[in-house]
Parts: sequence; structure tokens; C-alpha cells
Amino acid sequence: MKPEEYSRRQEELAGWAVTIETYKLGDVYHCTIANVDPGARFARADGATRLEAEGRAVEKATRYLAQTRKFPV
Amino acid sequence: MATNTLPGVLVTTDWVAQHATDAGVRVVEVDVDTTAYDQGHVPGSAGWNWTTELCDTLVRDIVPAKKLEELLGKNGIDNKTTIVLYGDNNNWFAAWAFWQLKIYGHDDVRIMDGGRKKWLAEGRDLSTDKTSFPAATYKAGTPDLSLRAFLPEVQQAVAGKKAALVDVRSPQEFTGEILAPPGLPETCQRGGHIPGAKSIPWGKNCNEDGTFKTFDELKALYAEKGITGDQPVIAYCRIGERSSLTWFAMKYLLGFDNVKNYDGSWTEWGNLVGAAVEKP
Repeated sequence: MKPEEYSRRQEELAGWAVTIETYKLGDVYHCTIANVDPGARFARADGATRLEAEGRAVEKATRYLAQTRKFPV
Repeated sequence: MATNTLPGVLVTTDWVAQHATDAGVRVVEVDVDTTAYDQGHVPGSAGWNWTTELCDTLVRDIVPAKKLEELLGKNGIDNKTTIVLYGDNNNWFAAWAFWQLKIYGHDDVRIMDGGRKKWLAEGRDLSTDKTSFPAATYKAGTPDLSLRAFLPEVQQAVAGKKAALVDVRSPQEFTGEILAPPGLPETCQRGGHIPGAKSIPWGKNCNEDGTFKTFDELKALYAEKGITGDQPVIAYCRIGERSSLTWFAMKYLLGFDNVKNYDGSWTEWGNLVGAAVEKP
């Protein structure tokens, strides 16, 4: 199978720059979210539509990012 | 100092598309996100889980020799197999697997340049099938610990300045503003970096499409921070996988002779009672 409707874009979630990557394989949309720096994938979700997969992944990512603490330097 | 990219350690996505199922070749996906393989992988590839298959799950350590032999054997890999590794995050854990395979002396290991990201972006075939392989016999070599730095050596490097330390984490981790990459669990008690370390984030080794930069670009990147390969180098990150990628770039793409990966990394140093920490 070939991945279809591949997309990759940057957005800001909970104050952090992230990359959202989505593609369709067969009947399933796969979405993964990575922080831009350093570039680690930290949330992913599947769905029957792009909207569903991205919505679930964004919800998870936002929850995880909210736990990232910043310290004064 | 050797300064030539060693031939054969990188293969292109085209090469993998043509040779993934050749006899004597085994393509293996190793991801940070251990579920990524199930979202579609290079047809005919195996998938390894770094959290269970590429480490000792009892003590914090790399994979034990016997466990590696079993893993490779059940994936149909013998000592002469060409192993081609790829994965997400521009090959972070593919490089981690590469480093461990070199520690155990596997001769022909390569990395697919650009990793999963490039394969996907190029719209290449993906499979969701679990491939099974005929069993093979594998014999791990005596561990080559010249590729690995342990805590005492890092402490000596700090005290005697006999080795250059390269911190490959993000600038925000280096300064101590954050303790882990955004969205990931904190694994240390203190932020900052090992005294004297130079900040050269791993991502600077790569182009936007995930491929490695050229020899000249890499040479300039490290030379700018005084890392020329004339003295021993120790790379570290948080848990040792990002620094595996930098270790790979310095040792195999730049040809530096004496480069070690400190896999204890900041998770070890940043939890040590009394260890000196530099900020920012």
C-alpha cells in the first residue's frame, strides 16, 4: 500500500512549536505529533478521518505538553 | 585524524526500495515511538522495540549479548547479514541500534538516510504485515567498549579536560530551562549540562528531509566548536539515543577515531548527588 494524503505542518500547541504529520494507509488515518526542538515524536492517534486522527493526537499532545515545566535560567 | 566518510554506512531510500528483501539483507525499523512500525513500515522489514529488545530490562544497560543473539537469530540475521536500520525522529533509535551492533562487532550495519520521515514523504510503499523470518544463528562478539563511555571516564574528562564533551540536546535542555524535550517525561532532578560541554544539538547533523549533511558541512559544524577529531570526544544527551546519532556522524561520516557515546547521559549525571552542573 502507498500512504495517501500525506501532510506535514508546524503549529503551536500549549506554547510549544510542534510538527503534525498525517497520512492515510488503507482505511485508517495516522497522525503523529513531534516537538520541533529537539524533534521527538510524543503523541499519536489513529482515526477514520483526518479530523478524527488529528483531533485525538492534538488532545494527547496538549495534555503532555502541559506537564512540561520551565525553569528560570 | 581520519576525515573521510566511511563508505557503505548510509544507504538511500531508493537502495532500500530495490534491495529490502534481497537475500543477505535485513531491513529493521527502530522507533522512538514503539508503535510506529504498526502504522506501516518498509515491506519486508522487521521491527525492534528499543524499550524491551534493545536493552537489559532488569538493570539499566545495553542489550546483553545473549539477548541480542536471540533477537538477531529470530529475525533471520547471521553474522554476515547486511543490516539496514531506519526509524522515526531522523533515525534516533536506528542509530542507537547501530551503536549497539557495533559494540558487539557486527560488520555490515547501515542506516537508511532520512529514515522513516523521508520514506513517508516520498510516498513509498508501506506494509502493515508482520513479517516472519527463518531462524538463523548469531554469535555476538566481545563488547568493544572503546565505543562507550561510563561515568568515571566522563568525570575524568571533566576534571582533566582530556576529552571534549558534546551535549547534543536542545538549547533549552542544555541551559536547564527544561528537564526533558517538550511533551516527554522528566528523568532528572537537575537541569543544565556537564561542565565544559559544548552544545551541538543533534538536529544540526541533518537536513530538513532527515538526511545527513555533507562531510564538509559536518566538518564545519564541529570545527566551529573546536571539535576536530584531534582529541577524544564523548557525546551525550538525555538517555543516549540522540547522542548515538551524533556519535555515528562523528565516527562514520567524519571519520573521527576516538568517539564514545555516554549512554548514561543526563539521566545519570543530572541525578547524581553532588555532581557539578553548569548553567546556562
